[in-house]
Amino acid sequence: MAQQGGSSSSGGGGSLNVSPMKPLASLKVLVVDDEPMMRTIHKAQLVRAGINDVEVAANGKDAVDLHVNGATFDLILMDLHMPIMDGCQATKELRAMGVKSSIVGVTSSGGAEKTAFLASGLDDCVSKPFVLQQIAHYLKVPRSPTNPPKYHNP
Amino acid sequence: MDRNQSHRQVATMKQSLFDQGYLDHEQFNQLEELQDDANPNFVEEVVTLYYRDSARLVHSIEQALEKSPIDFNKLDSYMHQFRGSSSSIGAKKVKAECSLFREYCRAGNGEGR
Repeated sequence: MAQQGGSSSSGGGGSLNVSPMKPLASLKVLVVDDEPMMRTIHKAQLVRAGINDVEVAANGKDAVDLHVNGATFDLILMDLHMPIMDGCQATKELRAMGVKSSIVGVTSSGGAEKTAFLASGLDDCVSKPFVLQQIAHYLKVPRSPTNPPKYHNP
Repeated sequence: MDRNQSHRQVATMKQSLFDQGYLDHEQFNQLEELQDDANPNFVEEVVTLYYRDSARLVHSIEQALEKSPIDFNKLDSYMHQFRGSSSSIGAKKVKAECSLFREYCRAGNGEGR
C-alpha cells in the first residue's frame, strides 16, 4: 500500500512523523455503508482482526453528524454510493471540518468515479468486500495529526 | 436425518453450487471463515440480509421496468447495487446476469429483459 511521506510500519518515533503504534484493541473504526450486509461483513472482519470498537453509519450525513457531535476515529471505511449524502461529499465535509483520521474508500466503482472519490480527501481506495488485507497498513499506522491525507486537496 | 447426514448434505449442495458456477468458491469460503464461536450465525445473518436486500432491489427493478419510457439510468443504478451485493456474497451467476443487464441498460435496450 502506498505510503504518505514520513510514515512506515515500523512504529515508534525518532525522525518519523508518526504516532506510536496503537494496539488494535484500542483502535476506533467507523464503517460507513448504506447496506446492512456490508456493514455486517466489514464489522466481522474488524472484530476478527482484534478491533472491538467499531461504530457504523448508514450514510455520509450520519458519519458527518457523529463528528459534529465530537466523535473521533482512527480509521473510517467509507462507501461511495449512499443515499442522503454519498461518500465523496461526506469525505469532503469531514476534511473541511479538519478531520485527520485515515479515510479509506470502499467501492467496486472504477475509472473517473474512483478518481473523484480519491480526490475528495481519501487516503486510499479499496475494493469490496474483503478489505482487511487491503487496510492492514492503516491498522498498524494511525496517522499523525501533522501528516496530511494522501489525496487531500487543500 | 441425523446431524452428520445433514452436514454431508449441506456440503454436497454447496459443492454443487460451486461446480455449477452459482457460487464463488473463494468468496464464499472467506465469508465462512468469519464465522466462529464468537459469531456463530454470521453466514446465516449475511445471507438473510442479502435475500432481504435482493428482494427489495428486484421489486424496484420490476417497478422500473413497468414504467414507460423506461428510466435506464435508474435501472442501471439498481443493477449496480444488486451486482455489488451479489459479488460480495459470492453469488457469481447473479453477478454475471446483473453485468449483462447493465449492458442492456447502457444500450437503452428494454427488450433485453
